[in-house]
Amino acid sequence: MKDAHVYSHYRDTVIGAVVDLAAEHEDVVFLDADLSSCIGSTAFQKAYPERFFNCGIAEANMTGIAAGLSAMGFVPFIHSFGCFASRRAYDQLFISVGYTHQRVIVIGSDPGITAQYNGGTHMPFEDIALMRQIPGMVVVEPSDAQSLYSLTQQVYHSGSSAYIRTPRKGINFRYGAGDEIVLGKGIELADGKDVALIATGSLMVDAALKAKDMLKEKGIEATVVDLHTIRPLDTDLVERVAKRCGRVLVMENGRYAGGVGEMIAMHLAKTNPVKMDFMNVGERYGEVGNLQYLAGAFGFTAENAAEKAERLVR
Amino acid sequence: MNNELLKSLKDAAFEIRCRTIREIASFGSGHIGGSMSIVELLSYLYFREMNVDPKDPAKEDRDRLVVSKGHSGPAVYAALSLKGFFPEDWLSTLNQGGTKLPSHCDMTKTPGIDFTGGSLGQGLSAAIGIALGERLKGQVSRTFAIIGDGEAQEGQIYEAAEAAGAWGLDNLFAFLDQNGQQLDGYTADIIPSIGTVERWKSFGWDVYEISGHDYQQIEEAVENAKRVKGKPHMIVMNTIKSYGYIPGEGVKANHSMAISKEGAEEAIKALKDREGRV
Repeated sequence: MKDAHVYSHYRDTVIGAVVDLAAEHEDVVFLDADLSSCIGSTAFQKAYPERFFNCGIAEANMTGIAAGLSAMGFVPFIHSFGCFASRRAYDQLFISVGYTHQRVIVIGSDPGITAQYNGGTHMPFEDIALMRQIPGMVVVEPSDAQSLYSLTQQVYHSGSSAYIRTPRKGINFRYGAGDEIVLGKGIELADGKDVALIATGSLMVDAALKAKDMLKEKGIEATVVDLHTIRPLDTDLVERVAKRCGRVLVMENGRYAGGVGEMIAMHLAKTNPVKMDFMNVGERYGEVGNLQYLAGAFGFTAENAAEKAERLVR
Repeated sequence: MNNELLKSLKDAAFEIRCRTIREIASFGSGHIGGSMSIVELLSYLYFREMNVDPKDPAKEDRDRLVVSKGHSGPAVYAALSLKGFFPEDWLSTLNQGGTKLPSHCDMTKTPGIDFTGGSLGQGLSAAIGIALGERLKGQVSRTFAIIGDGEAQEGQIYEAAEAAGAWGLDNLFAFLDQNGQQLDGYTADIIPSIGTVERWKSFGWDVYEISGHDYQQIEEAVENAKRVKGKPHMIVMNTIKSYGYIPGEGVKANHSMAISKEGAEEAIKALKDREGRV
């Protein structure tokens, strides 16, 4: 796999992965909704102008056009901010893409509080739940650039429609080009026996790893899972860590209703009920601020995770 | 249009109408109004204009039709059966559990259906994607789309209108079934369609306004449209909702109607008499 260190932001990484796919596969096309400068899909436009369509600020139409291109045998990648890619164009995603068995790969950028200065109107928390309602839709939220590159390529080869949930700005490296990153298989970053922290996305996986260190100082050994593929759920991994620890904290930069926590709780309710707690935005709407402020305001911090985990154990 | 062709198209339309009425009667009720208003267009497209092969419904270089007003399904199925895409007896399975003919056109179920319609406002966008796909593949095939005047209250239609105009998609031929009625009554009483022709022209389309029940006018508009390059084509068809199902003509609530088997035969006889058929 290509080393993602050549990229300097998540946006370059995800678009770079699509451009590399387009070099090998003539069926790859890209549609944006007037946010190509924000995600950097201008790089795709430059490389393959005839396969790039800027649909303007019209996400529903963009999604429908993508469905039509899919019906002609193309594999469209479409991009907007996660809120518009999911909420604004939802019936089009559900009917024109899902119900018709078309195949579209949606890049929803700036999930949850990573929307920062665009504020509450631009802050998708419920995108995970919405995408989970579309039968067959794969949902990934990679936690670093290497897994973002790898999973973007893997969703193309999976044959499924998919939602790629990623921040645009900043970059983080957790994995190397030689590490095994497999769509549908979460990665255990620590294997402590007392409590399992299952996290999605860079922000939450980072918080989980810090929380693990804090817990260690208190004599609590934590398992940490990078659940980069939200759907389909890696049930083997969830069952294994739940059995090992007997206590599970699910950490997501999203909404509780229909989110990752509910999904895991439902699975464990059937297979192995354990004590659980959840870190998510609950009933709140988003608000404006920098990432540090927002993480504090919503309790998306290592300290909060460690506290919740400790309460589960004690 | 020569008399022989005109007669064959009129015969096809009569047969599609008979099949549609009996099809809906087999279930007991259905979307008769918006089915009957596009029968001349369907017969023209399937028996005169479109390059399709009922023996090979998925052939790559075919022309494609997106019936965005998917509730016209019963008439589309009648036309497809007449064209030979599937046996006529399928029509009596309309809306039955497990059928290949659901009330709204569904590309995953019915041979010959090129895209799913039903959630109104979405089909024109899909047609744009199909037309772009044809262009990318260098195909000379064309994409046809049918939308309704009630459907054109959906905002997505105008997102699509703007994009298709901007991109000059001259392989896209859309028809607006302007029958003046929608589920709740007359569009004039709900949200009137004002300046339809000017509206589509303003989006950069090549626009015609015709009677949707007159083959000469349909042919003239389609042939003229084919000569216009660099613009998508919109043929606004003034039609009568339920045209040819006489018990529904002029009736306010004719979007979906109950039709008994006996009622179907009476209606077909009445149509036969009106058309002077023996």
